[in-house]
Amino acid sequence: MSSMITRVKQKQIAQLIAKGKRLDGRALTEYREIKVEQGIIERAEGSARVLLGKTEVMVGTKIEIGQPFSDTPNEGVLTVNAELVPLASPTFEPGPPDENSIELARVVDRGIRESKAIEFDKLCIEPGKKVFVVFVDVYVLNHDGNLIDASALAALAALLNTKMPNYEIEDGEVKIKSGYTPLPIKKHPITVTFAKINDKLVVDPWLEEEQVMEARISIATEDDGNICAIQKGGSGYFTPKQVLEAAKIAKEKAQEIRKKLNW
Amino acid sequence: MSQKSEKLIDKKGLRLDGRKPNELRPIKIEVGVLSNADGSAYIEQGKNKILAAIYGPKEVHPKHLALPDRMILRCRYHMAPFSVQERKSPAPSRREIELSKVIREALEPAIFLEYYPRTAIDVFVEVLQADGGTRCASITAASLALADAGIPMKDLVAACAAGKVDDTIVLDLMDTEDKIGAADVPVALMPNLDAITLLQMDGTLSLEEFEQAVNLALEGCRKIYAMQKEALKARYVNVKEVEE
Amino acid sequence: MPTYFERRQIVTPGDLIAEGDYIAGENTYKEDNKIYASRIGLVEYENKKVNVVALRAFYIPRVGDTVIGTVVEVGFNGWMVDISAPYQAILRASNVLSRPFRPQKDDLSKVLDVGDLIVAKIVSYDRTRNPQLSVGEPGLGKVTRGQITKITPTKIPRVIGRKGSMISMIKQETGCHILLGLNGVILITGKNLEDEQLAMMAIRKIEEESHTSGLTDRISQMIKEEKAKKEENKDESKK
Repeated sequence: MSSMITRVKQKQIAQLIAKGKRLDGRALTEYREIKVEQGIIERAEGSARVLLGKTEVMVGTKIEIGQPFSDTPNEGVLTVNAELVPLASPTFEPGPPDENSIELARVVDRGIRESKAIEFDKLCIEPGKKVFVVFVDVYVLNHDGNLIDASALAALAALLNTKMPNYEIEDGEVKIKSGYTPLPIKKHPITVTFAKINDKLVVDPWLEEEQVMEARISIATEDDGNICAIQKGGSGYFTPKQVLEAAKIAKEKAQEIRKKLNW
Repeated sequence: MSQKSEKLIDKKGLRLDGRKPNELRPIKIEVGVLSNADGSAYIEQGKNKILAAIYGPKEVHPKHLALPDRMILRCRYHMAPFSVQERKSPAPSRREIELSKVIREALEPAIFLEYYPRTAIDVFVEVLQADGGTRCASITAASLALADAGIPMKDLVAACAAGKVDDTIVLDLMDTEDKIGAADVPVALMPNLDAITLLQMDGTLSLEEFEQAVNLALEGCRKIYAMQKEALKARYVNVKEVEE
Repeated sequence: MPTYFERRQIVTPGDLIAEGDYIAGENTYKEDNKIYASRIGLVEYENKKVNVVALRAFYIPRVGDTVIGTVVEVGFNGWMVDISAPYQAILRASNVLSRPFRPQKDDLSKVLDVGDLIVAKIVSYDRTRNPQLSVGEPGLGKVTRGQITKITPTKIPRVIGRKGSMISMIKQETGCHILLGLNGVILITGKNLEDEQLAMMAIRKIEEESHTSGLTDRISQMIKEEKAKKEENKDESKK
């Protein structure tokens, strides 16, 4: 694979981190530059592109009318899918979603769902019969590490930009009217990912750091600082102390990002 | 999760199945239950009934998946169609694919993967009946199956969830608590090394509640660890006792 | 420098066995000056070295070991042999044919076919390449009769016993020839199936009770009892 990292560089990265420094000059808890653009795909109900350093993720949302789940008859439905598009990295192969893209989609989904960011009860058209279904499609366009944070951010940005069609019910039929209302979003869950390298935690790992890391942990927090989703990944481990430290930093970092983006 | 105002904890502070907040469900573990597998284990935790089997280490097929410097661990977590109330399609769901991955990553830190390059170990987990907390029970059983297969390991991996139901932090959530509780935090631990190898969470917890939940889950892991060791030894020690 | 387990006590992976100036021996590992078990087994101390005699393990090839394996593939210029190890072994045609190998003419499957059992010696092995076998010594080659049984390879020393006491007792009592493959595969050849089954039973019992003491006596007693039972049966059928 062409994205192989040399042993010399692996060592450099690990040794620098032990000294509290990173190869790209960042502090251990510093994000790369974050750029968010919304409303870039006209045909989508909502869309956004996020640049996290060189990592680039686009999210488009579509809204359709569908059936609610039987255990939540009064609520709309959220469906998140992620595509690791082959043009984004030499390691991405065409074909059905693999475990990495499924995990990515499910982690993004969990952050939005568990924080109840979307007011699902406002997506109900006819209880038990018709609700709005929100499709969130995550499209990774360039992979330079930390796809989870970039995708979660892009998904939220796209949802904040999503419009629901106006409708009225005539003789039991749903008629779409002209005009839109914004999708009701009440929370802004932000996911912060750490890599464990040389027994230290670093925020927002880039690709080469990911290739050196022993393990990864992603923590999503809500506006009030409560935690709403966590995912550990990678074949290493964390000590209980590291986990609690990560949770604390995740809360601070998420607040910083919300402030920066005026959310 | 949550939003229902159903009472999951009664006035006496007991849960739906009569447990105290920090109490585990009854657990039964047996090691070496499948004769064809290189290692195997069976666990019952509450109504969970789960089988884990190990095949390997063996040569990797297809060959290009082999790694020159370490062995690969492959894991399949699968639920039987009859394991849940409504029949589950036997085709692997997205949930099962994700769980297969996190279970694998919870076991990998425990194995000396570098000992046998170019080989593979297959971990097969079949959930025969599900009652909440299947990923944790699966890890508990699979790590015993690995030890039973004679795979060199740094430690056993014990797993247990904690969570929040009503306003209480509780240990080892069963199905109903998992579905309508406020949060669920599954944790896997290598107790002798104090290493957390699986951590997930969904629901809502404050930082303080999260810390409480993690600590309670770790306590549960340590209790399960003791049971794991007993179950593993029982495979050999019983023979001796019968004899003498 | 404490130790936490006595000799021959059972440990499971992760158990802290000793702390301080010890050396990690078999089935143990060292971290932060602590020795932990990496397999289920019995603790043994050998001066400063801490070993765990594994109750469950699999065979790892070593040069010079005699092993028993099954041919699983007939290749272009040799065979692949399953030796109950993580790696399949290679037996080259040139080693078996004792003359130059002619790929166009020689039909290797007529010499050894899939499913054939062989006794062989490991002549080379390292972690980057599969082990290579040789059958070019007396006593090695294709197996044509007998019974096969498999045990955990770490228990082979138990089957041999102190100075060979166990194995020679079984041979004597059952009249069987017994070949121990160091990969845990055992070939038993006797005058009849009954003798072979008796020897097999004895070996199974050793495997199950390998961690207990006074085993040789118990096995010897078991064989005698079984033999007596068979004599009775014979007498009865004569009557």
